[in-house]
Amino acid sequence: MNTLQEKYADRIETTLAKYPDKRSAVMALLYIAQEEYGWVSPEGIQDVAEVCDMDPTQVKSIAGFYTMYSERPKGRFWLQVCTDLPCALKGAEKFHHDLKEYLGVDEGGTSEDGMFTVEHVMCLAACDKAPLLQCNFHNYEHLDMEKMKVLLDQWRAEVNAQVNKS
Amino acid sequence: MSLNIIFREKDIPNIREFDVYSKNGGYEALKKALSQTRKQVIDEVKASNLRGRGGAGFPTGVKWSFIPQDNPINYVVVNADESETGTFKDRQIMENNPHQMIEGALICAYAIKAAAVYIYLRGEFWDVAHALDAEIARARKAGLFGPNGKLKDADGNPFKVDIFTHLGAGAYICGEETALLNSIEGKLGQPRVRPPFPANKGGGLYNEPTVVNNVETLANVPWIINNGAEEYKKIGVGSSSGTKIFCLSGHVKNPGNYELPFGVTFRQLLYDYGGGPLNGGEFKAILPSGGSGPILRVTDEVLDTPLTYDDLRKFNSILGSASVIVMDDTVDIVWVASKVTKFFKHESCGKCTPCREGTYWLDKVLDRILAGGGKESDVDLIMSVAKNMQPTTLCAFGEFAANPTIWTINVFPEEFKAWVDGSKKPAEEKAVARPARERVAAAAAPAGD
Ligand SMILES: Cc1cc2nc3c(=O)[nH]c(=O)nc-3n(C[C@H](O)[C@H](O)[C@H](O)COP(=O)(O)O)c2cc1C
Ligand code: SF4
Ligand code: FES
Repeated sequence: MNTLQEKYADRIETTLAKYPDKRSAVMALLYIAQEEYGWVSPEGIQDVAEVCDMDPTQVKSIAGFYTMYSERPKGRFWLQVCTDLPCALKGAEKFHHDLKEYLGVDEGGTSEDGMFTVEHVMCLAACDKAPLLQCNFHNYEHLDMEKMKVLLDQWRAEVNAQVNKS
Repeated sequence: MSLNIIFREKDIPNIREFDVYSKNGGYEALKKALSQTRKQVIDEVKASNLRGRGGAGFPTGVKWSFIPQDNPINYVVVNADESETGTFKDRQIMENNPHQMIEGALICAYAIKAAAVYIYLRGEFWDVAHALDAEIARARKAGLFGPNGKLKDADGNPFKVDIFTHLGAGAYICGEETALLNSIEGKLGQPRVRPPFPANKGGGLYNEPTVVNNVETLANVPWIINNGAEEYKKIGVGSSSGTKIFCLSGHVKNPGNYELPFGVTFRQLLYDYGGGPLNGGEFKAILPSGGSGPILRVTDEVLDTPLTYDDLRKFNSILGSASVIVMDDTVDIVWVASKVTKFFKHESCGKCTPCREGTYWLDKVLDRILAGGGKESDVDLIMSVAKNMQPTTLCAFGEFAANPTIWTINVFPEEFKAWVDGSKKPAEEKAVARPARERVAAAAAPAGD
């Protein structure tokens, strides 16, 4: 039994039960691996390959094909700003630029405290709510830098509270 | 008569919840369909003229009739990938009226004798998928379908089809139906060579005959079964029956989804619903079908055009998924071409050379033009690169990716001319956004199919 099988037995079982073929579970398993290791690490790839009866190189190429699997460690908060055309028409490129500048990061980079990674993404299917971003898979909509600063402070405070508790 | 066939949350708050949906006629269409023969159900959908809302407009009933009924295992796949730039309607359906889509998918499953339904959601719909799972579980527990399903079909057989969600992970190409099937099978999400088609043995999910339908398409089906094809055809015009959800974005005062009968004009959509130009400017251009369809120059003739599958053809454009991106006169059309081309360059799955290399070159030359370093021959160059992509690729993505270049040059030649003859220069240093990672590089790794 590998780490994922031990810690996520129920979720893995529910996932496998959906499909006639184990291989179909690879995408869901990669999300679980990412949750466990913070990114799709080599251990994560190995674990997933074992569950899905696949070759680790195949699992790795699947992970590389999709943008939502992180192939390197990221900050705690992964900020994916939509800068695609409809959002860009509503000022999203400037928002993305200002956010990076505020956090002192380049495209795809992580803030020094390891808290925030910023990158731009294509259309998130919420163009009527521009500018917006997805943070750890949840959307935050109708943003500007003022609202963003409040959110960033809030997220920092949440993490600090957790650290102080433990 | 109310026109909210799909956005029924406007009439019935909280219809997203199973109890509320059930109390308001929910799942009656499924019961009615089960009391009929499969052929009757398919014939009703055929007679309604319902056409696919995922972009291609293929007649839905005809698609269902291709499935061999004597095959022991068939599948229904719901396309909830919704990744076309400017499209955000399927999200609203799933967030606010998910059971109507589920019910439509179940009716399809009965009609084509499917063993199971898979709903493929783009990975960014993480929250949507989890809420959907909870609603599916409620309906399943009520005995409407699944292993403990209590309903019986016309022959007295229990209805035990089950429904599952499958989350993608960020790849536009997985909206293409055969790439989507590969993705569910745990393979790279790249399109398949056709034939065999998904409806054929050997071409669908796990090689079994499969219907792939868009979320909005299926959400229409319960209404059609309840009210009949004749009533449905009274809405809309000509061969475009029913309502369509228009995703309105860009430089309008009131962006959003509008469910309206086919035949509404651009003028009505942009002014009566959209509230007119955002900053008091003038409308200049419309992308009626997201990034992938040909661009339109706004004229009175265009504004008075009824929005149907047929009427946009006279401008060489398409209605597609009806993602209407509106731009005012502050917009530089060459920048638009570049912006949309970057999307396609990022999203090319890398399988065919003309698409992979073509999008790379188009992007590079458009960047050069926008940096002020373009020559007149560059416009001819990108036109010929784009035209060469169109007939030679494995899937329609190649055509989509060439459209922004071809049609911005055709419709707004003066904008390109101004850049390459030096009358227009870059305003300031523009940070050209680069994607953090290219999909193509990943696809070059071992494919493993
Ligand atoms: C590159 C590409 C992307 C597509 N993306 C989507 C999509 O996001 N959603 C969708 O429903 N159809 C999409 N389609 C169309 C599907 O291949 C398919 O035609 C559709 O899901 C069929 O359903 P319908 O008949 O109900 O429209 C796409 C097609 C191509 C070529
Ligand atoms: S046309 Fe483009 S997206 Fe479609 S299969 Fe070929 S490379 Fe992939
Ligand atoms: S363009 Fe940003 S959500 Fe669609």
